[in-house]
Amino acid sequence: MAETITLGWRQYRLERRMFWRNPSAAFFNFLLPLLFLAGGGAILAGNQRELDKLLPAIAAMSVMATTFTALAYNIVFLRERGVLKRIRGTPLPTLSYFGGVAANAVTNTALQIGIVILAGKLVFGIGWPDDWPELIVFVLVGVVSLAALGVAFAHAIPNFESTAAYVNAVFLPVVFISFYVFDSSSAPGFLRQIAEALPLKPLIDGLSGALVTGSGIGDHLDALAVIALWGAFGLYFAVRGFSWESRRS
Amino acid sequence: MSDAAAAIEVRALSKRYGEFEAVRGIDITVRRGEVFGLLGPNGAGKTTTVEILEGYRARSGGEVSVLGHDPGGRSRALRRQIGIVLQSGGIYGHITPREALRHWAGFYPHPRNVEEVLALAGLQAQADVRSRRLSGGQLRRLDFALALIGDPELIFLDEPTTGFDPEARRSAWETVRRLRDLGKTVLLTTHYLDEAQELADRVAIVKDGRVLAIGPPRELGVGASHYRVAYRDRDGQFVEHQTDDPTALLAELTAAALARGERLEELSVGRPTLEDVYLELTAEAEPLSDERRPLAERTSSAGEADDG
Repeated sequence: MAETITLGWRQYRLERRMFWRNPSAAFFNFLLPLLFLAGGGAILAGNQRELDKLLPAIAAMSVMATTFTALAYNIVFLRERGVLKRIRGTPLPTLSYFGGVAANAVTNTALQIGIVILAGKLVFGIGWPDDWPELIVFVLVGVVSLAALGVAFAHAIPNFESTAAYVNAVFLPVVFISFYVFDSSSAPGFLRQIAEALPLKPLIDGLSGALVTGSGIGDHLDALAVIALWGAFGLYFAVRGFSWESRRS
Repeated sequence: MSDAAAAIEVRALSKRYGEFEAVRGIDITVRRGEVFGLLGPNGAGKTTTVEILEGYRARSGGEVSVLGHDPGGRSRALRRQIGIVLQSGGIYGHITPREALRHWAGFYPHPRNVEEVLALAGLQAQADVRSRRLSGGQLRRLDFALALIGDPELIFLDEPTTGFDPEARRSAWETVRRLRDLGKTVLLTTHYLDEAQELADRVAIVKDGRVLAIGPPRELGVGASHYRVAYRDRDGQFVEHQTDDPTALLAELTAAALARGERLEELSVGRPTLEDVYLELTAEAEPLSDERRPLAERTSSAGEADDG
């Protein structure tokens, strides 16, 4: 077990190094949500009620970008390039490998959430988070669920060239629906039902409670349950459908 | 399954993909310390067989033992003792060979020295270059290096020199010979006959998921005891004889030629190459029976294809 942890730590450090060396990964993980934050902030400047909504929405989107999107990209890339197959042939324990990969995603999420909180404090006139435990619980459950969904989704992507199309076909509609329903009280009922059933809108609700409104976990248990259910679904398919090698080879 | 001298034992191995039978009852024993070649055309079942031995695929039937383990169990103990060069194993684009070897070394209980392996693979000059900037040949050498870093007992090489230029092939062959000198067992798949002939102590010729012949490259097949005597006759025609007794045949031919006051142009005595055996076995169409005639005379056009 000690060796599994040591090897997982080494894998984590390698993943970190590889992440920083890859400018496009850094872009997708960090810059995109920050651009949304800056753009939204500029448009909504002066409207505190809207800014209060923008911040948790961007924070939740960051969680999705650093886990779901990043892992789907990574897994497909490593699978199609044959890196996963090579690793599979070594004595590196599967748990160490995925531990390192997951810890890498969690680090990115934590960094990203940190940046968003800092931006909220310094630029948007929103104080420090009201409810740290709630923040941590929602980020953690969100990370696990969306990371599992990302790995599961990678299985549906046939080759690396089409990854962007597949990922965005999910990511963008989910983001738009969730943002719209979260922001507008007059959103059509069916759209609201869809958004509430997807994992992002509940995550925004939870993060909104933690970062802005101060409503505690108790008020967001439904939201937590929806995210966790998606997580269970994602984990099942992530493990069951996992493919270590390209279907083309 | 009790031969202690065997690194790999395969009995009645079969593998089905739906209706398609990729492997149909293969039996192979690879002894410790030998370089064993699996030779056959594309789609013969070589890679499927090797990937079962490596633990990548489940078999449909038969028994398999690799260093005393069932590779299907995917035990770490086994993977610590084997090194794998895949046909298409990739690597992170932003890692350097030295970093990759250091990282991989951490997977194994008694890894080899990183600098030593860099030297063995001929990668010292590229040790700190990111892999995405390496050439195809250099990446292939990195494949070798990563397979050797754990100091494995048994090394799987799946088509290790495909796409190499002649110089790179020679150097890869040199590496394989050094592995054998170190007492390692090597299982090599290749569709290059010269590679099998150069490297392998024994070869199994595989086609359509079956072993057609097995043995040392020089003794393989029905032509094993035959010598070939060839020359160009007076009309410039290429003449080839097969015989078990080249001494007598040569005496007869040269005496006759001298009596006629002629020279036997381009006279050569040779043994059938692995290529001859391979082509005969994999072609199926030509029956081999009349090869037994001691003085079978056969006229063929000069300049046969020199590679599979």
